[in-house]
Amino acid sequence: MALEFSPEKKKEVDWAISRYPNKQAAMLPVLHIAQYQFGYISNEVMELVARTLELPVNRVQDVVTFYTMYNKQPVGKYHIQVCHTLACGINGAAQVVNYLEEKCGVKCGEGISKDGKFSIVKAECLGSCGTAPMMQVNDDYYEGLTKAKIDELVNKWKSE
Amino acid sequence: MGMEKVLTKMVGIENSQNIDVYLKHGGYQALPKALKMTPDALIQMMKDSGVRGRGGAGFPTGMKWSFLPKDNPKPRYLLCNADESEPGTFKDRVLMEDDPHQVIEGLAISSFAIQSHTCYIYIRGEYVKGAKILNKAIQEAYDKGYLGKNILGSGFDLDITVHRGAGAYICGEETGLIESLEGKRGWPRIKPPFPAVYGVFGCPTIVNNVETLVTPVHIINRGVQWWKDNEPKLYCMSGHLNRPGTYEAKMGTNLLDLINEYCGGIRHGRKLKAVIPGGSSVPVLRAEECNVAMDFDALAKVGSALGSAGCMVMDETTCMVNALWNLLKFYAHESCGQCTPCREGTHWLEMILGRIETGRGRMEDLDLMLETANNIAGRTICPLGDAAAWPVAGLPDRNKGNDLNGQSFVNKFREEFEYHITNKKCMVTIPHEWN
Repeated sequence: MALEFSPEKKKEVDWAISRYPNKQAAMLPVLHIAQYQFGYISNEVMELVARTLELPVNRVQDVVTFYTMYNKQPVGKYHIQVCHTLACGINGAAQVVNYLEEKCGVKCGEGISKDGKFSIVKAECLGSCGTAPMMQVNDDYYEGLTKAKIDELVNKWKSE
Repeated sequence: MGMEKVLTKMVGIENSQNIDVYLKHGGYQALPKALKMTPDALIQMMKDSGVRGRGGAGFPTGMKWSFLPKDNPKPRYLLCNADESEPGTFKDRVLMEDDPHQVIEGLAISSFAIQSHTCYIYIRGEYVKGAKILNKAIQEAYDKGYLGKNILGSGFDLDITVHRGAGAYICGEETGLIESLEGKRGWPRIKPPFPAVYGVFGCPTIVNNVETLVTPVHIINRGVQWWKDNEPKLYCMSGHLNRPGTYEAKMGTNLLDLINEYCGGIRHGRKLKAVIPGGSSVPVLRAEECNVAMDFDALAKVGSALGSAGCMVMDETTCMVNALWNLLKFYAHESCGQCTPCREGTHWLEMILGRIETGRGRMEDLDLMLETANNIAGRTICPLGDAAAWPVAGLPDRNKGNDLNGQSFVNKFREEFEYHITNKKCMVTIPHEWN
């Protein structure tokens, strides 16, 4: 059966579409809404978005493949993106990645940890250079990272 | 130090995002005054103030607004560029997260000045918190009559919508932003036509940075002359500093004062080695070049640029080969792929730097990098190619037939690159600690 937006998400989609003079302009917001509901943008999700916006699927695919925030594969419950551009790079981003790999039991860029909780990727500049090193986990920023801070966060997420 | 905070007045105040708190601190006083002026007078005010765009290019704002065609019957749009993707730049986040109503008031005044009834805030997708704060503030502004139909009984209507990007540096470029807002890949457009004539949805459009769009609030409240005498500016200070962060200081504050007085100097008492003063795309300064005023003209004189005023400060633990490699990885990743010199050239530069950094470099690689940078700069639709080439090889030198002047990483720190190639290891031996 073809995928559908939940009634709650459908309201968000309709509101998003109402804010633009044409449906295609709602592409980015509708894809964000879809990712919140389905976790990642699969082919079926792209078909749903195409149907919703009355566009060919290849238009949606074209956009999804261009932007880094749309997950093309499933991610962990905690999707960790470690910024590694210059300010973070010279403040220990590589060590942050190594430490997270050790703590979370999954290699950077290599899928999801066995418990399904973590995935780690490197991200280009996240616009938080003054609080380097930092990472984004799902929607939230965690800044000024130290080993102690990472210990506290990862242990909390593991125990949930 | 000690300058009155204007742009960041609300930072640190409890519930600064709340409209009542903003009103208590003198908010929404400029908007009613603006609505009593004529749009032409507002544009003239921006011209008189001399405000130049805070997003990086530094184009005069009032002049940009005056490019809108007077005889085009189509609707006009104001796009607030809150994409903020340039490495080293994080000032707009402070404005949006700590003082969203200042942004909304600035957008309402600017929209009235250019007679736009629809404004989109294109915020980088990762700033989820900023988007939520702005959405809440926009709702408050609608409820109090500062947005929507017939604002404050003036007959002027305005709708503002927050539009989240989805992770692409190039969408901070104004035509890339427009394409992205239209629901497409953020592929920049060839100019002309400029957005003021043919922008989003084919309509006349103004795209300005967040910090630029809050300036009219203060120019109206305090006057053009006050603005010219005191021009407040946000500086993003990052890197090896004791107190990195966003600082408000007068336009033209000395870079060394920002480092030493505002940011408490270099961490661990180490030596300053280099600064990228205006976001990652501008040429780097050696320590001895850092006694310079942070404004458009003074930085241009020393062969760099103010850009977005994102200062990345590097101490003696920094390997300059590694730092440039880091930046080129960024540009290679973020090249949209539309123009061949940028798509191929950024990856070539990244690859050459990678082999030098990992001990496989050849001495001829240094000239090859300069040549490659020269073959990218000025040969692409948008400035991303320039942004990648300038850190490598400096700014265009009109005396050299538009070739780059060579005054950036590769030549300013040439001894480090040569050491890497000859000795197959880094010249920097001070370890970097992270805890």
